Formats: sequence, structure tokens, C-alpha cells
Amino acid sequence: MKRHLLSAADLSRDDAELVLRTAEELRSLADRPIKKLPALRGRTVVNLFFEDSTRTRISFEAAAKRLSADVINFAAKGSSLSKGESLKDTALTLEAMGADAIVVRHAASGAPHRLATAGWTGSSVINAGDGTHEHPTQALLDAFTMWRHLGALDGRRVAIVGDVLHSRVARSNALLLRTLGAEVTLVAPPTLLPVGVDGWNVETSYDVDSVLPKADVVMMLRVQGERMNASYFPTVREYSRRYGLDARRMAQLQDHTIVMHPGPMVRGMEITADVADSSRSVIVEQVTNGVAVRMAVLYLLLGGSEPAGTTERDAA
Amino acid sequence: MPTQPAPPDATAPPDRRIPAPQGRTVLDPRDISRALTRISHEILERNKGATDLVLLGIPTGGVPLARRVAERISAVEGVEVPVGSLDVTMYRDDLRMRPARALLPTDIPPDGIDDKVVVLVDDVLYSGRTIRAALDAMNDVGRPRTVRLAVLVDRGHRDLPIRADFVGKNLPTSLAETVVVRLQEIDGADGVTIAADTISGGTTAGTDTVTDHPGEGR
Amino acid sequence: MSTDRTLIRGARPLGGDAADVLLRGGVIAEVRAGLDAEGATVVDADGLVLLPGLVDLHTHLREPGREDAETVETGTRAAALGGFTAVHAMANTDPVADTAGVVEQVWRLGQSAGHCDVRPVGAVTIGLAGQQLAELGAMADSAAAVRVFSDDGRCVSDAVLMRRALEYVKAFDGVVAQHAQEPRLTEGAQMNEGELSGRLGLRGWPAVAEEAIIARDCLLTAHVGSRLHVCHVSTAGSVEIIRWAKSKGWNVTAEVTPHHLLLTDDLAATYDPLYKVNPPLRTHADVEAVRAGLADGTIDVVATDHAPHPHEDKDCEWAAAAFGMLGLETALSVVQHTMVDAGLLTWADVADRMSRTPARIGRVSEHGRPIAAGEPANLVLYDPSASRVVEPGESASLSRNNPYTGLELPGRVVHTFLRGTPTVHEGKPA
Repeated sequence: MKRHLLSAADLSRDDAELVLRTAEELRSLADRPIKKLPALRGRTVVNLFFEDSTRTRISFEAAAKRLSADVINFAAKGSSLSKGESLKDTALTLEAMGADAIVVRHAASGAPHRLATAGWTGSSVINAGDGTHEHPTQALLDAFTMWRHLGALDGRRVAIVGDVLHSRVARSNALLLRTLGAEVTLVAPPTLLPVGVDGWNVETSYDVDSVLPKADVVMMLRVQGERMNASYFPTVREYSRRYGLDARRMAQLQDHTIVMHPGPMVRGMEITADVADSSRSVIVEQVTNGVAVRMAVLYLLLGGSEPAGTTERDAA
Repeated sequence: MPTQPAPPDATAPPDRRIPAPQGRTVLDPRDISRALTRISHEILERNKGATDLVLLGIPTGGVPLARRVAERISAVEGVEVPVGSLDVTMYRDDLRMRPARALLPTDIPPDGIDDKVVVLVDDVLYSGRTIRAALDAMNDVGRPRTVRLAVLVDRGHRDLPIRADFVGKNLPTSLAETVVVRLQEIDGADGVTIAADTISGGTTAGTDTVTDHPGEGR
Repeated sequence: MSTDRTLIRGARPLGGDAADVLLRGGVIAEVRAGLDAEGATVVDADGLVLLPGLVDLHTHLREPGREDAETVETGTRAAALGGFTAVHAMANTDPVADTAGVVEQVWRLGQSAGHCDVRPVGAVTIGLAGQQLAELGAMADSAAAVRVFSDDGRCVSDAVLMRRALEYVKAFDGVVAQHAQEPRLTEGAQMNEGELSGRLGLRGWPAVAEEAIIARDCLLTAHVGSRLHVCHVSTAGSVEIIRWAKSKGWNVTAEVTPHHLLLTDDLAATYDPLYKVNPPLRTHADVEAVRAGLADGTIDVVATDHAPHPHEDKDCEWAAAAFGMLGLETALSVVQHTMVDAGLLTWADVADRMSRTPARIGRVSEHGRPIAAGEPANLVLYDPSASRVVEPGESASLSRNNPYTGLELPGRVVHTFLRGTPTVHEGKPA
């Protein structure tokens, strides 16, 4: 594995499968009396959040603590509005404190990339969501959840429905799921698909009803009502009618098909409450799996003298 | 909720990359079988039966050995002995000295290990560092009444005050030699060989950081 | 070099046959082979190309207001090192150059620095706000004699205001230099819109946002019979539209920057704001198109859009960083690399695109002249056989946002003369 996790594209198939296998081992920790492992004792993990995201921060915090790392939470919200020197200064401060890993959430696409490559810090950088770019650990936990339900993902069909244009989850999932051999279809109104999406090596569709019957996984993305004001779609009602997942659409799914949502959900907008709470929904499980996957990433990046698989492949 | 098939490959052992047998064969398949039978009987004698016994194999080599011992005990006593596996990767004292390693399966029997008599099973006892890590790992899983250690081969050269309770074969070796244990379940055949170490570079036998890693005993 | 007379020996005017050139009293006294030194200071120019001093139509000198990024003094020194003898200082200073007072101040600062002539550009609208015309006539009549008007950095997007500006400048032979960027289509835009912007999650900047404004402005210019200059053309579509407008005989000129001749949008994948610029770096196809446009004359001139920014405005995340890159000291090298070495332009063409035509568009009378007896001695001697790895620390600019950092570029400016006086000697400020 590379030293940083900035994009799902940083993971080879071997890397991704190693993360999933490791997460599977770590998931059982939740069933043990002592939910703690010593692997990262003496390591310092900083959660550097320039954007509010309680669920992601807590997930990383729990993961790091279960591996016995020291965790420093650094909420720098608001600083993103000021001119970017703050990112650099913050990085220098954390470097001086001896951070081994920086988990960073930032409103600007590429901010983690910058943190990793600008020479401000020697820490491993883990992207916990940057602007409209990527959210690789979310994709890993989504893939892990699918893998636990469906087995190997080769040839499995995953429909990702909603605001693809602004979704870092969609980008990371499209990359990772292709790496793992799944077929991905992005479903959205044309206004919410990025220009150049034809180059992503995925299918696209404007028609959710034609995609659902073949899907093994349906992942609904959050759609912010404010997008209506920017004319991405006419009204919330029209969006829900054309792209929302309700009981009628859920009835078209195959028996084994699961429904996912990276959260936070807008119930009644992209997903109705009865779907979100149905037995097909693995939304709560996604949260549990998030901790295991983040433990796996932290362990594989920080547990040894260097990230897993960097020289071991060459060793006898 | 859809059914949950076991995730593929979740418990498959990683590549052990054990070379084809070379050097001197010290235990052939029949020797191994006899040694395990003897160990099984010794465990029963020491424990005065199979009551409260739990066998925990240390992956990868210790796990099939633990299963074989359990089968022999069942055959004698007519009861099932719980078998599990205990990964010590995160507890190793050389964790920080090499790139992060893939985890191996930890599988604790459903009734746990509290107040049980746990027998740790490994293929080769060398520096003792793996066993120390296993004792630490077990500490986070529960509190056994007694912990004992069974190994197929004890090749000496201990770095820590640890000894085995049940030994298949004591094998005097030099630090420059490599002991390779091959097992049917993993390698397709049983056999223990000893050879002058031919592997160059940082993985030669005798250095603490790598001498004790699973299955190779070198 | 205190003598009034300089003999340039063995230079190749416009890349042609070697000749000696005698400078005397600030003008070219004589051009022919085998001139006698007769006590003049001799400059050995064997093998060097002699060009008229370069004229930049698009320079940001940042003074007044951002003297931490650049001053007239440092910016014009960088210009001289790049072979320029005249630059047009853009109006987006603080205060904005939208009054006679500010343009005269900039003009005087240029005079006192003495590295090259500074021709201030006047703002089209007050405060670049796009609401009300600035006093264009007052700026034209001032000591700075402004002829180029631009809200550069902002687009004059209001069609009525653009029409009025085009009409109004006819009274004093002015030209409106438009920064073509449809504002609504580029809200929050960060890089060229394409597959890469989608993958990087950076808000896309569609080519149409530039092309739609250029098309509209060409039509407006034709309608009112005025003069339009299009700043920093960056897309293949823009080249097509300008080619069409010129075929109609309309009075439209256009510029391309060195960076749009060489660099492409894939550099954004580094997320290094060094490559963040307005208009954004475009695709390979666009680069090919602007090179072809410059070669066939559709694009009239190369202008640097030299845009210095202090370190902290670039040493941050992409979205927070300022737009712009340095250009004065590397322009001629980039043009040699992309156009001359590629066989698309001769050195005579380079003199046209970087000196004669920009001077004509800006109505700068003493620059962009032929290399002939009696002409002002504004000249540059350039060694096309040299080569260097660009090292930002070596710049005369106060800023270091050099996008060619680490690249090997051909050529070197050896001497620059402003009215016969050396401003650059052996590659160093004179």
C-alpha cells in the first residue's frame, strides 16, 4: 500500500482485498470482552476536521482508540474560509506534535493531497472526505458491507443513484468497485452527472427504473434541496418522483439486493422511511463496518515500520 | 435480511511460500503422526481427561496441528474438544520493525477461555517471542485457569524464559540452520526438514525479528 | 557602458544574416556588416538573434496595493530580463487604475524605475465593478496617454456596457481588451471543465464560457465599428470564432499567453496551485489550436499575463489559492520552444507577434519598430542555443509562482537595450 490514502485509486486490487480481509478479522473485536488491540500503542493519530462530520470523526476516533493509538481531535472549522495558510500552519503544528497519521476532512477538493505532497508534514495522510473529490474509507466500508452480503464482487451490479456530480462517495465507490471487479451504473438526472463521466469506465443512466431490476446493490446518495435553487432539478417533488427510492421501486429489486446509503439521509427526498428501515437496508451495518474498515486502514498504514506490502512482496 | 454467506477468503491463510523440501528430513509423516498422538495422550494425562480443555493453534502452522490433536483426544475420550486459533500479529515485539503484516485468523470457541485449560499449539518453538505474544493476546480474550504449551518441534535457542509442556521432538540446531515444517492442510504434505540456511539477505535465521514468524521456524 | 555609442557585432537581425549594428544617441545609427568600432563600446553578439525590444500587452505589476507581490520596479526589471522594452500594466491594482491619477502614478513609477516603458491600462468600469464606465477620456488625455482599456480579471459581461465602451473608445483610438469569461457559467470554477475536473472534484470552467463572450464581443465590435482585443485566448473554439471574425474584416485582435502555448490541464492533478490560472490551462487539443492560431496570424500576439502572487497565496489548498502565474522572464523561451523550434514561426514572425503587433495594438509609437537606421534603439539580443532549467529563486520578480519550475527551456536573453541604454547586460540587470 502507498503511505497515504488520498484516493480509492491509490489501492490496487491486492491492497483493497487486504483491507477487506483485515477488516473482517478486526470486526470480530466488537464481540470480545476487551475491545482493544495494542498495535498502534504510542502512535498518534490526529483527526483534522475542517468540516463538521461527527459520524466520520467518531468512526475514525473509535478505530484509532481500539488500536491503542493516542487520538487528538482537531476541529478547525471556519479556518477553511480564511485563506489557506491555515492548512499549512496546522500541518506544521501537527508535525511538531509528532503526529503519525493525519485524518483530514476538508471542504476543498485536493486538500489532503496537498497536505501529503506539499512537504509540510511527514505523517501519513488519510482522506476522510475532500470537497467533491473523494472519500476512500467510505468506499472501503461500502465495499466491505457488499462483500459480507454478496461475497466476491466480480460481476456484481451496483447502482449508485443521486447527486453524483457533488458526491465524493460516488467517485471513490466508482473507482474502488471497478478495482474489485463490480459493474457500476451511475444514475442521475443529466444535470447531476459530471462532464466527462464517460471516461470513468462505468455505465450511466438517467432512468432509475431500468437499472433497479438488475442491480445487486442500490446505493442512494444524498441530494441537497438547495440544488433545486441552482436549477439542477425543478422541484424536490419532481426529483423524488423520478429518482427517489420508495416501496414501489423497492419491489422491483431482486430478493438478495441490498440497499445502502452513506448518510446522512434525507428521508422523503432520495429514500422513503419505509425503505430505509426495511430488511434490505444495511445502512446501520454500514456504520459498524466503518469502524472495522478504518481500523484496518490505520493498522495497515501505521502498524509496521512502513505500510503493509511495500517491501514484504519482495521478501523471501 | 438476506442470508450472510461467509465472506470469501476471509479465513484463508496467506501464502506461506515454504520452499520445496530441501536439506535433511528429520520427521517424516509417520513421525509427525506418532508425535501428535503422544502429545495428545500427555495432554490428557496431565489434565486428567478432556474436561475444560481448549486448544488454541497459533496461525498458521499451529492451527492444523491443534485440530489434529483435538481429533486424537476425541477419539480417545469420545468428547469434542473446542479448537480455535489465536493470531498474535499485533502483539509481536517486532511489529514496528517490518512493514505492517496481514492479520491471521483469530477464532475463539463460542464458550470462550475463561476458567478453561488452554493449550497453545505451535509448530516450532525457537526464541519464545511468539509464545510471549500469544500470552499477551490471550490476556485480551479472557482469563484461563491454566495455560500450557504444545509444540511439534523445539529447536532451542530461547530468548525468553519460556518452555513447552509437550514437545513432539527436541531438535538441536545451529543458529545458521533453518527448520521448515510442512503440513498436509497447508502445504499438501507433512514433513520437517532442517537445512543450512540458504536464504540470503535480511531473512536469515538467527535474527530475532524474523526467526519466529509463523510456520517457518527459522 | 557609459559611452553614448554601442556597437553590436555579429548579431543576426530577426534571425537573418549576421550584421553589425551601431547605436548612437538612443537610436540605431547604422546596420551593416563590417562596421568599425571607432571608440564605441563593443558588444560581441556572435550568433545571437537581434529582435526589436519585446512589448507585453498584458502585465500585472501589482503596484499600487500589492507591493508584497510585485512593484513597478521589480516587475519591470523582470520584464527587461525577459527582453521586454515596454509593458502594459493591468488596471486591477488597489486602488484600481480607473482614474487619470492612478494611471499617471503607475506611468511615473515606470519612468523612474527605467527598466522598460510602462504603459498603464485603464479600467473600463469604475472599480472593475462592471456597473459604470470609468473616465476613459481622462485617462486617454493624461500624461500616461492610455489607449488600452480592460477590466482584466473580470469580464465586462453586461452587453450594453461592453457596447458603450467599444463605442466610446473610438473617440481617442482606444481599444477594449476583454477578459472573456461568462460569470454565471464560471461561478466557483477552478479548472478546465472536462473528464479531469470531474475526477478531481474541482469545479469545471467550460470553454463555452470564454467562447460565448468572444462571439458576442466580435458581433458588438462589428456592429459599432470599433476595436476589440481579446485577452488570453485559451480554447480551440475561441480560435475558430476569432478566425471567423477576422474573415469578415472586423477589427478584432487576440493574444495568447506563453503558458497556454505549453501547459495543459493535467497539471491540475497535482493539486498544486502553481498551475491555477485564469483562464485555466486547457487540453492538448486546445494547445495545438492556439499554436496554430498564433502561427497563421489568427492570434496576433503573445502576451504574458505575468501575474505575481506572494508565496502564501499559492502555498495552500487549490480552492483557496490565487489565480495566475509569472511569465515575463520565460516568455521568449517558451515561444522559442513551442513555436520556433517546432517550425511554426520564424524569428521575424516572433518579432511581429511579440513586438511589432502588440505595439501597434497598444499604440506604442517608439516600440516594435524595424531594425533600421534612424529607429529607436529598443532591442534585445537573444541566444537561442542556450538552455536552462528554470529556477524560480533566480527571478527578479518578488514572487515565485513560476509554473515552469524545474523544466528545461531553451534560449537566454543576453542583452536588452532601452533607447540605446542597456537594461540587461550578459543576462544580468545592467
